[in-house]
Amino acid sequence: MNQITVYMLMLICALVVAGFVYNRSQALTKFRQMRAEAGGKLELSSWHSQASYHGYFTGWLVIFVTFTVFIAGLLLGAQSGGGVIPWVAVMIIAGVGTIFLCGKKISGGFRARTYVERFVHGLLIVLSIIAVLTTLGIILSLLFESLRFFKSVPFMDFLFGFQWSPQTALRADQVGQSGSFGAIPVFAGTFLIMLVAMAIAGPIGLMIAIYLTEYASAGVRKWVKPAIEILAGVPTVVYGFFALLTFAPFVRGFAESFGFSVPTQSALAAGVVMGVMIIPFVSSLSSDVINAVPQTLRDGAFALGATESETMKQVVFTAALPGIIGAFMLAISRAIGETMIVYMAAGKAANLTANPFEAVTTVTVQIVALLTGDSDFDSPKTLVAFALGLVLFVITLLLNVVALTVVRRYRAKY
Amino acid sequence: MTDTNAKFSCRNVKVHYGDFEALHGIDIDIPDRGVTAFIGPSGCGKSTFLRTFNRMNDTIDGCRVSGKILMDGNDIYNKNLDPVLLRARVGMVFQKPNPFPKSIYDNIAFGPRIHGLTSSKAELDALVEKSLRRAGLWDEVKDRLKLSGTGLSGGQQQRLVIARAIAVSPEVILMDEPASALDPIATAKLEALIEELKERYCIIIVTHSMAQAARVSDKTAFFYMGDLVEYDATEKIFTNPSNNRTQDYITGRTG
Repeated sequence: MNQITVYMLMLICALVVAGFVYNRSQALTKFRQMRAEAGGKLELSSWHSQASYHGYFTGWLVIFVTFTVFIAGLLLGAQSGGGVIPWVAVMIIAGVGTIFLCGKKISGGFRARTYVERFVHGLLIVLSIIAVLTTLGIILSLLFESLRFFKSVPFMDFLFGFQWSPQTALRADQVGQSGSFGAIPVFAGTFLIMLVAMAIAGPIGLMIAIYLTEYASAGVRKWVKPAIEILAGVPTVVYGFFALLTFAPFVRGFAESFGFSVPTQSALAAGVVMGVMIIPFVSSLSSDVINAVPQTLRDGAFALGATESETMKQVVFTAALPGIIGAFMLAISRAIGETMIVYMAAGKAANLTANPFEAVTTVTVQIVALLTGDSDFDSPKTLVAFALGLVLFVITLLLNVVALTVVRRYRAKY
Repeated sequence: MTDTNAKFSCRNVKVHYGDFEALHGIDIDIPDRGVTAFIGPSGCGKSTFLRTFNRMNDTIDGCRVSGKILMDGNDIYNKNLDPVLLRARVGMVFQKPNPFPKSIYDNIAFGPRIHGLTSSKAELDALVEKSLRRAGLWDEVKDRLKLSGTGLSGGQQQRLVIARAIAVSPEVILMDEPASALDPIATAKLEALIEELKERYCIIIVTHSMAQAARVSDKTAFFYMGDLVEYDATEKIFTNPSNNRTQDYITGRTG
């Protein structure tokens, strides 16, 4: 993008605005003239579109025409050298010509509004298609890069291998390992940390939600809810060094006081800090759904002589359960996708373990480690990142589908 | 001067919402059996007054009740009395049917379970059936007890809620405009049910429909702007009211 193209884009904007303003005032003049001739009272069908729609119609057409000229110019290489002046000339002639031709069309019978509505309709369709195509493109690129990876490493070895050490020889003469790409330790680490995080965030978040909606006074709620939501706004890198520098040494010291030797980086340190981070996801969403349970249900339970706790556990909670499951699922996908905290606090060693005091690694950490630093883009070491991403994507997709099914089946109607 | 046959005796009952006095000192005796209707224009305090009988106003922030309400001679606003125990004896049916999002069976079983009224599954089954039969709903739902109570029609839901209230064997059933969300056929069924239930329970019903009050109630109380204007046998209120305001209201001149 050089300077000329920027100026051309500004020229397009100017032409569009000029076309809109000019033809709108043209239409307005014609309309007033016609009304005056008819003695101040027009027939119902003699003037179809309001003046501004004639303006919009012109604007849209000018965008199409000038943009075509713009693209054509770019393709012909007119943005440098001797092509600039003809390019600008053609642009101005096309734009002004369009404005003029549209001005000719302005009349009571011309249905400018219908055309404008069709333009907008088409634009909305195009925009939504772009979003869908982007998603599709990401999936396809994941898929194809993964397939390239699976050409050098068998699919089964990747998915069910127990050994993860993705180092390959950089040069042909180097004495190196061939690398092993068993993904199980990486996914096991991800789930271990996710479980630790949910063990912290699930109960605490839910209890906070129940307290805030059912027991806290309005004054307490007004201060506590935003204060908790701040937790979600803290940058994850801050959580990361909090985990690494404060919480992890505490865990180690605590374990050492019982005579265990544990590394500074551990699944527990990362998981607990991540749990604190996602507490607001659980508490905020859950308190919203608990709040949405109608007061009439609570009244009904109270009127039967239920205590507050019986009402909460047996009526409000069951009514809010689908929403609460949704909140948990969102928190879980957040936990699985989180990178910074685990990168700093969980370590990079791919240990296959269920012991939260050991260092583990996660999918996201491995992807970062594989794609940063010098590496050649065709080696399995880089391509495996796509395969990891694909599997992670499939897992979160499945989680969402399961959650949606559960929610739909048990959706409470009140 | 307390009526010995009265279920509730109220003396100088006032209700405040914050600084606003919604009821200005109500004296009334509600009989032990039969239906008592509260009528009056919107905002006259009749629903507020109804909710003092099972202390539902306790759940509203800033609501204060003063005066005396005796149930069988015992003050229900006694500090030592737990409203939870009171509400097990004074059931309530609300304007909008509010079945829990549970199965029909679990809706009825909710009260007996929390109060430990039954000791076996068979006993609970029998109680559920008895309550549904008494509410005139058994034949309609006996084959789908496991389905959600929220899937029933509005009229069925309201009878389900009445069955749910009956299941904890209350002595009193309060009804807050129970038919206002129902069509005429469902309303007729509900009124037939009230007719049956009044043999066993003390029923207090708040209604906007004067025709309904005339049809179902034995005694009627007319409220206006937080005062009890007139309280008498229903027949007397609707044929020969002694107060002009009552006359105006039932003939449709105010309201």
